[in-house]
Amino acid sequence: MKSFKEDKIYWDSNRRENREGLKAWLNPSRYGWERISYWLQRLTGVFLLIYFVGHVIETSSLVDGKDAWNAMLELTQTTWGHLFLILVIGTSTFHSANGIRLLFTETGRGLGKPGRPDYPYSPVSLNYRQKSGIWIALILAATAMLYGANILFAGE
Amino acid sequence: MIALVNIKNSRTNLEHDQKKESEIASNRKVIHLRVYRKNPKQGKSSHFDKFEVPVQRWTTVLDALLHAKGYLDNSIAIRYSCRMASCGSCGMKINGIPRLACYTKVSEIDENIITCEPLPNFPIIRDLVTDFSDFFEHHRAMEPFIHNPNADIVDKNSLTEFIQSPKDVERYLQSSYCIKCGLCYSACPSVGTDTKFPGPQALAQAYRYFADNRDDATQSRLDIVDTKHGIWRCHFAGSCSVVCPKGVDPALGIQLLRGHLVSFSKNDKKLAESRTRSLGKI
Repeated sequence: MKSFKEDKIYWDSNRRENREGLKAWLNPSRYGWERISYWLQRLTGVFLLIYFVGHVIETSSLVDGKDAWNAMLELTQTTWGHLFLILVIGTSTFHSANGIRLLFTETGRGLGKPGRPDYPYSPVSLNYRQKSGIWIALILAATAMLYGANILFAGE
Repeated sequence: MIALVNIKNSRTNLEHDQKKESEIASNRKVIHLRVYRKNPKQGKSSHFDKFEVPVQRWTTVLDALLHAKGYLDNSIAIRYSCRMASCGSCGMKINGIPRLACYTKVSEIDENIITCEPLPNFPIIRDLVTDFSDFFEHHRAMEPFIHNPNADIVDKNSLTEFIQSPKDVERYLQSSYCIKCGLCYSACPSVGTDTKFPGPQALAQAYRYFADNRDDATQSRLDIVDTKHGIWRCHFAGSCSVVCPKGVDPALGIQLLRGHLVSFSKNDKKLAESRTRSLGKI
């Protein structure tokens, strides 16, 4: 029989056990469009951060002279370079458009009013305005990517 | 004559019973119940046990689990009480989504294999039973009671009526339906990565008392949630509101509270505060 103190030590050491951790946001499939939008917002955010670091490195090559700058630019003139740039266009458009939606919702706008919940419960915060916002962000991103692809690939 | 009538009646009853039994038998099917098993205290690794359980149209997951516990393996650990979605004890992950076992019918899942796991983000005590200590700690930190130095209970001789209009009640009524089942806490991705984050349940309670016009601790309530690991860790994934079995909509409460924090939403003058102010206590 364990003492109370031993039990407390045991439970304190197991506090973090069974936490979902990164798995929680890497699997967006279970809870609807708002969770998918949360997942996409994070993924695009991480991607844009990586792009930002690469962009700083790319631009800093300018200090090594014109040849170094041109050599760096050459990397974006390949098919893979174009595909990467199209992804940058798509992610930045989605991240911005969805970010604007979140700026409103996370300050209490466009969510509806609290009231008496009636069965079958339908959360007012996850209303058509949110879903429309997510779809608008997705459509804008797809349109921007198509436009970018047209310029990058048709211009060759 | 009377005896003949009785024989006739008993025959009709028998036919009726047989018909009913065949109806029940046609409704009955067998499902495979996969139950998560782990006893951390004994240091054994986790595994799933599989049970074949007969179910009917109205069988809930809790009924199926209790059948398995009653007839197939009595060592399964489950926590339950009211069996009617009022106590919030039987929360568990059922086929990947946090739900109340008593509130989830096997027929609505529409799959032949039902997997029951303990709620994520809660330490496991045994099998499907989880430890709610942290969860309740966060709840308590929100001071889930009305702050009002002028409440009638202080001086019973000066009893006054505290009028609340239906509109006033509707501001917080939804959030007061919380049964503390922990489903929102286990569905929240921010809770999954930050142990200090209070979680949707506690924050919805903070909103519940903030919105109540009998409460006069507006600023101190905002100060409690306005911390590094507080309300700003919510990223509006909305999963808490999706899984809530009582229609509380914690995501709504959290965003509305944030609106007040950034002063986008105007604070309505609370009756309790104006009373306290008139008595010179604020």
